[in-house]
Amino acid sequence: MSGRRLRSFALQGAVAVGLALLLWLLFHVTAANMHARGIRSGFGFLREPAGFAIGESLLPFDSSDSALWALVVGLVNTLRVALPAIVVSTLLGTLIGLGRLSPNLLLSRLCQAYVETLRNVPLLLQLLAWYFVVTDLLPDAGAALQIAPHVFLSKSGLALPWFGGDGGTLFDLPVRGDFGVTGGAALTPEYLALLGGLSLYTAAYVAETVRAGIQSVPRGQSEAALALGLSRVQSFRLVQLPQALRSIIPPLTNQHLSLSKNVSLAVAIGYPDLVSIADTTLNQTGRAAECIAVIMAVYLLLSLVTAWLSAWLERRTGHWAERHD
Amino acid sequence: MTERAVRWLRRNLFSDVWSSATTLAIVAGLLHWLPGLIDWLLLKAVFRADAAACAAADHAGACWGVVAAKYRFILFGRYPYAEQWRPLAATVLLLLVIVASGLRLMRRGTLLAAWALALPSFFLLMAGGVAGLSPVASDQWGGFPLTLLLATLGMLAAFPLAVLVALGRHQSGLPLVRGLCALYVEGVRGVPLISVLFLASFLFPIVLPQGFSIDVLVRVLAGIVLFAAAYLSETLRGGLRAVAAGQHDAAAALGLSRWQAMRWIVLPQAVRAVIPSLMNSAVSIFKDTSLVTVVSLYELTGSLSLALSGDAKWRSFYLEGYLFIGLIYWICCYSLSRFGSSLERRLAAGLPVNP
Repeated sequence: MSGRRLRSFALQGAVAVGLALLLWLLFHVTAANMHARGIRSGFGFLREPAGFAIGESLLPFDSSDSALWALVVGLVNTLRVALPAIVVSTLLGTLIGLGRLSPNLLLSRLCQAYVETLRNVPLLLQLLAWYFVVTDLLPDAGAALQIAPHVFLSKSGLALPWFGGDGGTLFDLPVRGDFGVTGGAALTPEYLALLGGLSLYTAAYVAETVRAGIQSVPRGQSEAALALGLSRVQSFRLVQLPQALRSIIPPLTNQHLSLSKNVSLAVAIGYPDLVSIADTTLNQTGRAAECIAVIMAVYLLLSLVTAWLSAWLERRTGHWAERHD
Repeated sequence: MTERAVRWLRRNLFSDVWSSATTLAIVAGLLHWLPGLIDWLLLKAVFRADAAACAAADHAGACWGVVAAKYRFILFGRYPYAEQWRPLAATVLLLLVIVASGLRLMRRGTLLAAWALALPSFFLLMAGGVAGLSPVASDQWGGFPLTLLLATLGMLAAFPLAVLVALGRHQSGLPLVRGLCALYVEGVRGVPLISVLFLASFLFPIVLPQGFSIDVLVRVLAGIVLFAAAYLSETLRGGLRAVAAGQHDAAAALGLSRWQAMRWIVLPQAVRAVIPSLMNSAVSIFKDTSLVTVVSLYELTGSLSLALSGDAKWRSFYLEGYLFIGLIYWICCYSLSRFGSSLERRLAAGLPVNP
């Protein structure tokens, strides 16, 4: 063995031994501490009744259901916010990003102001503010604002038409009565604040990503397209956009991932997402390590799936761009 | 003059039909919304700390009185009222050093000395117990000084760790080290900050030997450092990859050892290349400090809730409070990002970062 290889071998051996020692020590101390404080460990608590109620859920839930089911309900609630927020923030962010590149100075400055304002204030603060606006400053349900036909906004949330009425009708339409709005689908104030806050905040980041992506396409490309007789719209759609997408999609995926991690701020406004429910379970059972492990494992899995999806998407857009070359 | 103005207008606001329509639509929107906004913000607003006047205004105008009445609590949290000159002095001191570093007012040696003086002074002023200052436990610290402390120390401590991790992941000779660094970086970047803060607040006490306890502030700071270092190290790794391979070879040809080459040739260039992204990370860390309120540390966001939640007189004016601290956050983050883009321009022009 050469000197360098020997040295690297020895160094790595030392790291491995050191790490093993550290882990052993950590395990030993933790076990002793847990024994001394009477903390039990293990994931058995997941099968026991959760013992708490959940404010809103798509899946049926009752406090006698298991803690595991509560966490599943939480995960579904996380996705129920994350997926629409991803769609809204991507659309809004794209519009704002394009607006920033507009030759119209007023529009581009307005979009810039949006981005600079929303990006430089903590998301948590924005969520708290939206939540306060919805729950305190909007009118009571009895005097709900009608923002569109059969769509009502009030302190108790947003009511909107949804499929399936009681009388066999196609749509169930909300109606405003003296004591509030009945019928239709209702979105809670927590959900609205979280969805709105997350979408508006992430849109600012998406806008920057889109702008940078489009600006990364050399000017000569669009000039050449115009010289070949393509219209502005054709040049954008056939020449600039396919090239821009290649540099937009990887950071855009990152924005979507950080959005889904930011759903965890729901804990501050009381929306029952995965992290809030894991936090409640933690406080009820005292199983800190297990509950935190569940949160981390779910999010790591989510990241892995997204990474895989985005690699697939990148390959697809690569082909798509090549077809137009 | 008027001709130039007309030309400017034509080019920037009325270049074609679409642009003209956009301009008109925006102007119409502004005319429609702006008067109401100005009314609410200024003309109909109540500026005195007068709860009755605020209640009478009934949200037709902002109640800035809530800020007038509560600003000491919002800015300094539960720190003893009579002693609040201390966090104020500590904050001003730290801010001065930060601004001086940013504006390149001092040479490197002076700057290091200033930092070495400012950080201990910050802690001495806050904690007291010396020079006739009454001791104040760290669970009483709050508001803006705590935000500033968490952000500054978080960034300062995360940076060296991030450099080590980035080097560990960058080199090719030690696959085990590289794997461990990758595991750490990808693991941390995959999970939300809240879960790391839960880890710091609930689990750190259990993994420490009995009779050995660390302050919740230190634990949370450790959580922020672990979190921030993962992101910073990815940025730095990008910088390391951007340094041309010829630089390594040239350093080796000059007789520098691998670590000397790394320390004096490669790392400085790598850091320079990613300074703008590092400033973005600094903005993120500053904003992320607001999350520590979830684990019961009352920094700016937490102390606002603390100040208003228990007071029925002012409780309905949270929005004004949020706008107030939002402005503080905005000023800090916006200056940081402007500073980042000024550095970017300096670098692009080939100017030195240091004087």
